[in-house]
Amino acid sequence: MTVIANILIIATISFGTIFILVTAIGLIRLPDAFSRAHAASKSATLGVMSILLGVFLHFWLIEGHFNSRILLGIAFLFITGPVGGHMMGRAAYLSGVKLSDQTVRDDLADVIKKKREKLQ
Amino acid sequence: MAFQILLNVLIALTWMFLSVSFKPTTFIVGYLIGLLMLFMLRKSFSSRFYMDRLWAVVKLTSLFLKELVMSNFSVLKLIIQPTMPIRPAIFAMPTVLEQDWEITLLSSLITLTPGTVVIDISDDNKTLYIHSLDFEDIDEAIDSIRNTFEKAILEVSRS
Repeated sequence: MTVIANILIIATISFGTIFILVTAIGLIRLPDAFSRAHAASKSATLGVMSILLGVFLHFWLIEGHFNSRILLGIAFLFITGPVGGHMMGRAAYLSGVKLSDQTVRDDLADVIKKKREKLQ
Repeated sequence: MAFQILLNVLIALTWMFLSVSFKPTTFIVGYLIGLLMLFMLRKSFSSRFYMDRLWAVVKLTSLFLKELVMSNFSVLKLIIQPTMPIRPAIFAMPTVLEQDWEITLLSSLITLTPGTVVIDISDDNKTLYIHSLDFEDIDEAIDSIRNTFEKAILEVSRS
């Protein structure tokens, strides 16, 4: 029983660690703020979620202590992760961060330009 | 929906009084009996059976989890390549959803799909501006958003 529990714990925690590493590498390698938001919003969410799951399993199966707060933490992370990614992208765009040179199409530019002209 | 849940709780309470036992297990048994009664009478309610909607929520949540894992693997695949063949683009996508919470859910789901992040939403809540990592995948992304996500969200919200 302990062996299976340990395998589960190690699997979830290493899964999480790998994806946090992916986030870190993605933040360095991707060209602009918006592509970085892809790495930050997805991989970081899943990475932290799996590590929390591993912590929960460890305390539950090995130490015999059922901690429901960790489950709450996982749920809230799941809800707030994508929203955070969206808000960062939006704030970056509206404050005028440039898209990378590789960008091929931008439907939003005209809309924002028109809105700005209306305000002035 | 609220009415059906209230009814179900009332049936469970009635069951507790009938069996003169005030333990949580009796409540649960009563609740299940009430659920069965409501299920048999589901055609006579004006709104649909509330378990249907709960089931739709469960399906939506599992879709969320699946997309999260899939998109992580696609980011992983992209990042370990020595040359990064990305051609980012921002494209507009009209949506049929109307309520605020539906659009919030849809944009969270899109943010979790492989290669797409919602950057902005138009003032009239009709168009989403989505940043995509690869220009080629746009049609595919729009297709999956239309057929999978909007459908799953509409399934929860229809009365």
